[in-house]
Amino acid sequence: MFREVKKLCKNKWFIFSLIGVVVLMILSFTNLISRYYQGIFTSICINIILVTSLNLLSGYLGELTLGHAGFMSIGAYVGAYITKDLFPFLAIEISFWPALIIGAIIAALIGFVVAFASLRLKGDYLAIITLAFGEIIKNILTNLELVGGAKGYMGISRFVNLPLALIIMFISVFLIYLLVNSQYGRIIKAISVDDLASNNSGIDTKAYKIKTFVIAAFFAGIAGVLYAHYMGNLAPKIFDYNMSIEILVMVVLGGMGNFKGGIISAIILTLLPELLRGFADYQMLVYALILIFMMLFKNNAKVNAFFSELKLKISKEKVHE
Amino acid sequence: MNLFTQQIVNGLSLGAIYALIALGYTMVYGICKLINFAHGDIIMVGSYIAYVLLANGISLPVSIIASVVGCVIVGVLIEKIAYKPLRDTSRISLLITAIGISYLLQNLCQLIMGVNPLTFPSIINIESLNFFGVTITGNMLVTLIISIILMIVIDLLVKKTKIGKAMRAVSEDREAASLMGININSIISITFAIGSALAAIAGILWAANYPQLKPTMGSLPGIKAFIAAVFGGIGIVPGAVLGGFLLGLVETMTKAYISTQFSDGIVFFILIVMLIFKPNGILGKNEKEKV
Repeated sequence: MFREVKKLCKNKWFIFSLIGVVVLMILSFTNLISRYYQGIFTSICINIILVTSLNLLSGYLGELTLGHAGFMSIGAYVGAYITKDLFPFLAIEISFWPALIIGAIIAALIGFVVAFASLRLKGDYLAIITLAFGEIIKNILTNLELVGGAKGYMGISRFVNLPLALIIMFISVFLIYLLVNSQYGRIIKAISVDDLASNNSGIDTKAYKIKTFVIAAFFAGIAGVLYAHYMGNLAPKIFDYNMSIEILVMVVLGGMGNFKGGIISAIILTLLPELLRGFADYQMLVYALILIFMMLFKNNAKVNAFFSELKLKISKEKVHE
Repeated sequence: MNLFTQQIVNGLSLGAIYALIALGYTMVYGICKLINFAHGDIIMVGSYIAYVLLANGISLPVSIIASVVGCVIVGVLIEKIAYKPLRDTSRISLLITAIGISYLLQNLCQLIMGVNPLTFPSIINIESLNFFGVTITGNMLVTLIISIILMIVIDLLVKKTKIGKAMRAVSEDREAASLMGININSIISITFAIGSALAAIAGILWAANYPQLKPTMGSLPGIKAFIAAVFGGIGIVPGAVLGGFLLGLVETMTKAYISTQFSDGIVFFILIVMLIFKPNGILGKNEKEKV
């Protein structure tokens, strides 16, 4: 692990993002960026956590899941319940931290249940069972009067600001990065390439699948707690399968199992609807069109050939230098 | 007892619509291995076309035919423009594109027709039948009859005709089928056309039973029909019919006897339990895996 950290310090991407995080923190402490932009950056942080955690599951392990919003909603509701109703007498500065951890742990527990139930399933069947779990969670939350039911859960403390979101995002992403580059990471990549072959090589594939589900759900739970304490109110219908799909779209556009790509596409796809705000009525329409064209573009043989040629040219020039 | 029989009739009529939609899902899946997320929105397109034509005073049969033709054109165009270039790439790219198409159709409809729900006119004016205290409304009767006729037609088409044979060949092994002289492109287009035509009819029947039109009206029945297809074993035509009817029955029964609020949750829960014990669906075969 120590070696990984050392290697990271030489990685220019890591340095860039570290600088970016520090600059954003200074800017928000000195109030140099407006509340509106602080809000957007906070959503970006939350989405980055969601995307990296789903990337672990769908990208590295290769299990297509459509229920990530379900895990997130568990974290959000548990966390909000803890700070609002369980310990209303505690200051939010104190109660937020246990809420963050407990919310994530409960989400991880649900992740364990889902993983255990879906061990025998693969591909589309797994996608549909995770979608079903997500919808069940939504259905239960809609009818749970304890947390406001269908009306929504209001009056949650809006404790999360940009610096806090940045720190938690940075730590989460860092931990997932270490995981991906550890022995565990190599094993789940092996499972994604060939499940049966890795099983025959002595890897307990089931245990690793369950572990990955639990870890991914844990971080989705963290994102959920952040979301709840950033928005200040929750409604079950936000966490439907469309949200899970949006997170999956970010993962796919960044490249399945591509760490940097996932983060970049999370940033772009969170900014995109905001940039399209000028079009108002056409916002979602343009979003859909961009989505379709990006997929067509990404998988076009000519475009791919062009980019690989470009890469080759650049690397050749570097050699010449 | 009467209540129970009544619920069975209700469930069968709801299930018939699910089965029609599920047939489209399952045929497309069988041939392209694609979960066509836009299929639910074709239902919406179908019912909106019928609504616009009926509202302008065009007769019912013409509206139905126009709606079917419209959906077939939309379905085939989607396949040609968006799915065909991605046919040999990863399945997840196809899935995301399908989701993009679904968003596109919903938002186009919202732009053209507005966000406010519209009320579909009542098109089936047949008196309710009464059997020993069980009421079968005209809507239910027509839904059941049309659905069952269409299911039989599809079954015969797939089993007895040359096109059906070609479809089965393509779904079995696309490469080998093309070597046998089957035109893969036209077979895939025909499959999309049939699926979209079924979706158009299902859309009109859905609107006749639940007369509220919204741009997003197709997504929930779409997802449920997909679940029905998985229930029966996706890619298998009789499986979709069986799954559709079962899902309709389960949903109506939970609403009647257990809980209205939790009915969706319970339906999904039953799906999970069933998949745990029968991972390939009711009629699905277990496939052996090779390294």
